Amino acid sequence: MMGNVTTLEPIPPFERFYLLHRDEVLGYLRRLLGQRAEDAWQETFLRALRAYDRLQHGKHLRAWVFTIATNVALDDLRKKQADTLEPGDEPSVELRRDAFRQLEHLTGGLPPTEQAAVVLRYGYDLPYAEIAAALGSSEDAARAAASSGVRRLRRTHERHA
Amino acid sequence: MNVTPDLDTRFREAALREGLVDVRFDTFDSPVGELFVAATERGLARISYRPEGMEETLARTFGARVLRFPLDEVRRELDEYFEGRRRDFDLPLDLRVAPFPADVLRELALVPYGHTDTYGSLAARVGRPRAARAVGTVMNRNPIPIVLPCHRIVGANGSLTGYAGGLDVKRHLLQLEGATLA
Repeated sequence: MMGNVTTLEPIPPFERFYLLHRDEVLGYLRRLLGQRAEDAWQETFLRALRAYDRLQHGKHLRAWVFTIATNVALDDLRKKQADTLEPGDEPSVELRRDAFRQLEHLTGGLPPTEQAAVVLRYGYDLPYAEIAAALGSSEDAARAAASSGVRRLRRTHERHA
Repeated sequence: MNVTPDLDTRFREAALREGLVDVRFDTFDSPVGELFVAATERGLARISYRPEGMEETLARTFGARVLRFPLDEVRRELDEYFEGRRRDFDLPLDLRVAPFPADVLRELALVPYGHTDTYGSLAARVGRPRAARAVGTVMNRNPIPIVLPCHRIVGANGSLTGYAGGLDVKRHLLQLEGATLA
């Protein structure tokens, strides 16, 4: 048997992949990095292109490019910001999406991993499994990072309110 | 959040500069309709009258790193040809075909501007005098029409026979070149 290679999703020509995701990835990086997003965006797609001919199939490419963008952003954020904030201890509260929009401008104050987890979850609706892949962590850790980020956002918001 | 044309251009240029592109493509208008053109680092690889599905075809033949990029040199030579100011093309070619089609296309490239030849005669010149039909198939699948002038190949009785871009386009090209039509 030659295996079931033909049943796998084919890898689209890079141009198609790029057109499909370039705007969304730029939006994501802007949320995380603000003005520094453009360099990170270019680096994200160059990294994607460098790895593109080693892809085995065309599945989950959206999650894949978000993973790359997250790595680029985390590198950038870690350079800019030391993680000095204390972990939260308030009960976990799920953030509604409209609430996220109100609080989004505060995500820049979160530790990088929490920031990425919160934006991926509430800004882009990525399931925790894909956020975990993007962060290189377990699904539980991704869930914990998002809810810890949300708690921290609420505290920050209450302080400013 | 839309990527600006400037940011888009910077990415494409960086990708090309780093040698990360297997094949680039462009489309432009011509007197015979929209043309899809593609090139590798080695040279011009495709001209097609039908852009649909071409990006996938390129990915299968040259690799998945397919990226749109202006092919100004190709456009310039084709423009000159359509304006009647160019008879031969100077573009390097990247032909990836089997040995028999390669022989046929090499002979085809020698058919001069403004002249026609027949499938049978082309077959004879590659040493396969009875392979006129196979030569027809090679013409039909010519990856770089116009530059490799399959429009100059006609039936033994002078009829235009067929053309990937349609018989109107074949007639247009031959008239542009001042060829005598049957």
